[in-house]
Amino acid sequence: MAQSTAAPTPTTQTLTPLPLRAIAPWAVFVGVLMLVLLYFVGAEQGATSLVSGEGVHEWVHDARHLLGFPCH
Amino acid sequence: MNSTTVRTLLVRGMLAGLGAGVLAFVFAYFVGEGSVDAAIAFEESGAHEHGEELVSRSVQSTAGLATGVLVFGVAIGGIAALAFCFALGRIGRFGARATAALTALAGFLLVYLVPILKYPANPPAVGDPDTLGKRTSLFVLMIALSVLLGTAAVLLGRRLAPAWGNWNASIAAGTAFVVVVGVAMAVLPSGDNTPKGFPATDLWEFRLASIGIQAVLWSAFGLLFGHLAERVLEPRAVRGRVATLVA
Repeated sequence: MAQSTAAPTPTTQTLTPLPLRAIAPWAVFVGVLMLVLLYFVGAEQGATSLVSGEGVHEWVHDARHLLGFPCH
Repeated sequence: MNSTTVRTLLVRGMLAGLGAGVLAFVFAYFVGEGSVDAAIAFEESGAHEHGEELVSRSVQSTAGLATGVLVFGVAIGGIAALAFCFALGRIGRFGARATAALTALAGFLLVYLVPILKYPANPPAVGDPDTLGKRTSLFVLMIALSVLLGTAAVLLGRRLAPAWGNWNASIAAGTAFVVVVGVAMAVLPSGDNTPKGFPATDLWEFRLASIGIQAVLWSAFGLLFGHLAERVLEPRAVRGRVATLVA
């Protein structure tokens, strides 16, 4: 597009960092929850097993391989 | 700018991760499944004994693949949104969209690309089940190292920037990262398990597909999340752009 300098660019305002105190509780709580999800997609019933059987492993089998996790 | 902002960004990060997961699933289904099938055909051509099938191949390659990729997308979306909250306004003069794009790029490099240079993705039939525990620990260790060293490199770059300028500081920090990661890769044990006779082309195509899936996932996440985060953090900038578009 030809319009280059016409409009003022309000995006250049610097953003104030979010205080660490506000981030920390979310980082701990949700961060751990997300890591548990990653564990179930990436490693459950492979190297270690919390649920017995092969169901979880077999169900996410293709995703586990294609996302790059060691599978079997 | 408080805890509510963090919560909003977190929710949007997970939604962006879900959206990116959908795209990555479509890519994985059309590009990746062919090489998974080729590897399984190789596996079954050998004397390898298989137990009864718990989940059929057609379910594994559709619903199963979708579950895995979508859950992965939501999880990395949440974690990347938290990383974004830390990075915002702390890594230089970047707006919300640029910070989101840089966070996604760092995620792709540190969580996927650097670790797989040492321990690449393997299709079925490649990898001895007896070494799975060791390979999983090494893979997780490699991701942890890569993320820690990457974070250290960013901090180093920020520390050097006032004296050296952004350009030189970034090059110095990037070089330090490459050197230290390179040494770690040289020291860590090899994870190679490829059986004799496995077609090299299939292996290459599988790994290329895996890289493609992660590239689609992270870039879609970075762009989607940047769009959503900007609306929370810079509503005036968004309104300004819309006004100029309409005018």
